[in-house]
Amino acid sequence: MMAREKMQILVCGGTTCSDGQGEAVFENLNLEIEANALENDVHVVHSGCFGLCSMGPVVKIVPGNTIYTKVSPDDAREIVSEHILKGRKVERLLWKDPSGNTLVKEDEFAGQKKQLRIVLRNCGIIDPENIEDAIAHDAYAALSKVLAGMKPTDVIQVIKDSGLRGRGGGGFSTGLKWEIAYKNKADQKYVVCNADEGDPGAFMDRSVLEGDPHSVLEAMAICGYSIEAGKGLIYIRAEYPLAVARLRTAIAQAKEYGLLGKNIMGSGFDFDIEIRYGAGAFVCGEETALIHSMEGLRGEPTVKPPYPAESGFLGKPTNVNNVETLACISPIILKGASWFAGIGTERSKGTKVFALAGKINNVGLIEVPMGTTLREVIYEIGGGIRKGKKFKAAQTGGPSGGCLTEKHLDIPIDFDNLTAVGSMMGSGGLIVMDEDDCMVQVAKFFLEFTVEESCGKCAPCRIGNKRLHELLEHITKGKGTLADLDRLKNMCLVIKDTSLCGLGQSSPNPVLSTLENFRDEYEAHVSLKKCPAGQCKDLMEYFIIEENCVGCTACARVCPVGAITGERKEPHHINPDICIKCGACMEKCKFDAIIIQ
Amino acid sequence: MNAVKSPEELKSIKAGILKRMNEKETVRVKVHMGTSGLASGAREIYDFFRLELEKRNIQASVTSTGDMGYSFAEPTLEVKRPGEDPVVFGNVDKLRADEIIEKYIKNGELVDGVLPANYRTINQ
Ligand SMILES: Cc1cc2nc3c(=O)[nH]c(=O)nc-3n(C[C@H](O)[C@H](O)[C@H](O)COP(=O)(O)O)c2cc1C
Ligand code: SF4
Ligand code: SF4
Repeated sequence: MMAREKMQILVCGGTTCSDGQGEAVFENLNLEIEANALENDVHVVHSGCFGLCSMGPVVKIVPGNTIYTKVSPDDAREIVSEHILKGRKVERLLWKDPSGNTLVKEDEFAGQKKQLRIVLRNCGIIDPENIEDAIAHDAYAALSKVLAGMKPTDVIQVIKDSGLRGRGGGGFSTGLKWEIAYKNKADQKYVVCNADEGDPGAFMDRSVLEGDPHSVLEAMAICGYSIEAGKGLIYIRAEYPLAVARLRTAIAQAKEYGLLGKNIMGSGFDFDIEIRYGAGAFVCGEETALIHSMEGLRGEPTVKPPYPAESGFLGKPTNVNNVETLACISPIILKGASWFAGIGTERSKGTKVFALAGKINNVGLIEVPMGTTLREVIYEIGGGIRKGKKFKAAQTGGPSGGCLTEKHLDIPIDFDNLTAVGSMMGSGGLIVMDEDDCMVQVAKFFLEFTVEESCGKCAPCRIGNKRLHELLEHITKGKGTLADLDRLKNMCLVIKDTSLCGLGQSSPNPVLSTLENFRDEYEAHVSLKKCPAGQCKDLMEYFIIEENCVGCTACARVCPVGAITGERKEPHHINPDICIKCGACMEKCKFDAIIIQ
Repeated sequence: MNAVKSPEELKSIKAGILKRMNEKETVRVKVHMGTSGLASGAREIYDFFRLELEKRNIQASVTSTGDMGYSFAEPTLEVKRPGEDPVVFGNVDKLRADEIIEKYIKNGELVDGVLPANYRTINQ
C-alpha cells in the first residue's frame, strides 16, 4: 500500500454508456479490492456521468483525480495491482487527445466535455436569495463596467459583435433589436423580460429565474442603459410561484444595494424593475399579446409592424427579450464579444439550453454550444433512449416545431439548420420519442395544445386547427382515407399562410413534419387501418394465439361484453366486432395467449 | 447596507465578501431547491441536514440554491469540505443523506450517487 490515506474509486454509468459495462467494472473492482483485503482502505462507489461518454466507462481515482478511460471489466485487476497497490499509473488506460497529449487529471478533460454552462453558470452554485453570494460570483460586475465607461452605442456594438440571437424562439439578432430601440427616441422606453415560457416541456427560463435571478435583473439594467429606458418589466406566469418569490427578493435586495433604482452606482442612471403576472396562456408569450396583457387588455396579438421597438408598452418603444437571451448578456460584457462569437456555429453563436424530456434516460436541462449534434445530445449527454429502445424522433420547438429523425442525428443543431429541416429551435424543449410512439398521435397531441391555446382572434387558426385536429382524430380511429392526407397538408399550408400571429403560423408544423418524415406511418393508418407503433387503440385487435390457449375460460368469464367464445379445454376466440378493447381478458390470461395486433 | 456608490466600491464589496467567505470556511452544504428539486423532496433533505448536522455537532453551513438541471437525479445537493473541490450527490433520500454526513462530511469518504461535473464552465 503506497499510503495510508483512504482511496476512492469512482465508476461511472451503469446503464448510460457502453451498454452497462460500467456495472461489470464496478463489480470486478470490488472483487479485486476484497481479494487484496483492501476493503478498509479503498472504496468503490457509483458515480453519475462524467460527460465523457465516448471514452466510457470512465473510472476516477481520488486522491489524484486520475481518469482512466474505456475501462473494461478485465482491467480491474491491473488498476488495483498497479495504481492502488504500487502507486503507478496504468498508462494504457490514460486518454490521449488527438494531438498526442496524455490527459490524466479530471480537470485536464474539461475541453473534452460536450456541455458548456454560460446561461446556467450560477444555477445550483449561488444562493439566489443572497445578493452577496451573487456578487461574489460576479453579479453586477458587467453593469458596473458598462456604467463606468461605456456609451450606449458601445454596449450595443459589443452585443451585435457577439452574434447573440434571441432565445425566445425567433432567433433575431439581439444587438440589432437594441439598436432599433435605441434609435427610436421617446421620453420613456421600456425593457421587457419575457418569462412566459409557454412551450410545454421547457423549463430553462424558470430554472434561471429560480437559480440566478440577478443575472436577468442585471442584463435588463444593461439593456435599459443601452436603449435609454428607465423602466423594466418582467412578464411571468403566476404558475411560477417560486421564481416570482425569488425575483421579488432579488429586486428588493438589488434596490437596497443601490444596484437598481435611482442613480445606480453613482452613475446618474436610473432603472427600476417591476413584475407583471400572466395567467399562463401560450399566446401571451408572443410579444404583442404579452404587451397587451400587461396593459390590462386581452392577451391577443396584433399585426406587426409596428414592432414593439417602435410602439410597444403604452405606445412607447419597448425592447422584449427572453430570459435565456438576457442571461447571456453579462458574460458577453465581461469576457468580450469575440469570446462569445468564438463559441457555436457560423450564424448561431454561444450556447443553447435544452430541456430533455420523453424517452430519454437523463431527463433535465443541458447546455451545449450551438452546433452540437442531436446524436451527441441524446446518446452522450442524455444517456441514450430509455430501456435500450430504438430512437425514432425528437421534437424540437415544442408545439411550433417539428420532428428530427434518424437521418438528422448528425446535423449540427443551430437556428438555421433546424429551420432548414422543417423544425425550429423554439425555446429549447426537446422531446424524445422511441419506437413505441405513434407519430400521428404525436402530431395530434401538439395540435390539441394549439387548439386549446389559440386566442381565437383569426379564423384560420381558430377554425383551421380544429379541423386539422378532427382529421387527425379520424385517422387514428381508422376512418381516414389517402385523400385525407392531401387535405391535411393543404389545410396546414393555408393555416401557415393566413394566420395572424406566430402561434397559428407555426401550429401546423408538427403535422407537416411528421407527414413528411413518417408518411408510411400515416399511410398504414389510412390504407391498412393499422398503427405500426401499436398506440392507436381503435386500430388494434385483441387476438388469441391458438397454440398457447389451454381453454381455461378465464377470459370469456371476465369479458364484459361477451366477445369471447369457446368450449372448455378448446382454444377460445375473440369476436372483433363485439370487442370493446378494454384489455380485461389479456390481464386475466395466465398463459400469455392473448396479444394485441 | 448603504447603497453602492461607484463601480470601484462594488469591487471592494466583492473582495470583502470573498474574504469573509474564505476566512470562516466550514463544511458547506448547498441543497438544490428549485421547482424540480422541491417536487422530489429537497425540502425534507434540507431540513434533515439542518437538524442532523447540529445534533451531531458538526460545524457546517446549509443553504439552498436553484436546480442544476439534473431532473433525473433529484433531489441533488453539493457538499464542499474545507480546502477540497465540491462534490455533487444525486438521488439523495434520508438514508443517503445520513451516509453523506457520516462518511463524506466526517471522513471524506465518498458514497454512491456522485454526479461529476459533466460540463465546462465559463472560466475553463
Ligand atoms: C405563440 C408564441 C409564443 C411565444 N412564447 C414565448 C415565450 O414563452 N417566451 C419567449 O421568450 N418568447 C416567446 N415567443 C417569442 C416572442 O414573441 C419574442 O419573439 C421573444 O420574446 C423575443 O425575445 P428574444 O429576441 O430574446 O428571443 C413566442 C412567440 C409566439 C408566436
Ligand atoms: S394565429 Fe391564432 S393565436 Fe394568433 S391571433 Fe390568430 S387566432 Fe390568435
Ligand atoms: S384466459 Fe387465456 S388460456 Fe384461458 S381461455 Fe382465455 S385465452 Fe385461453
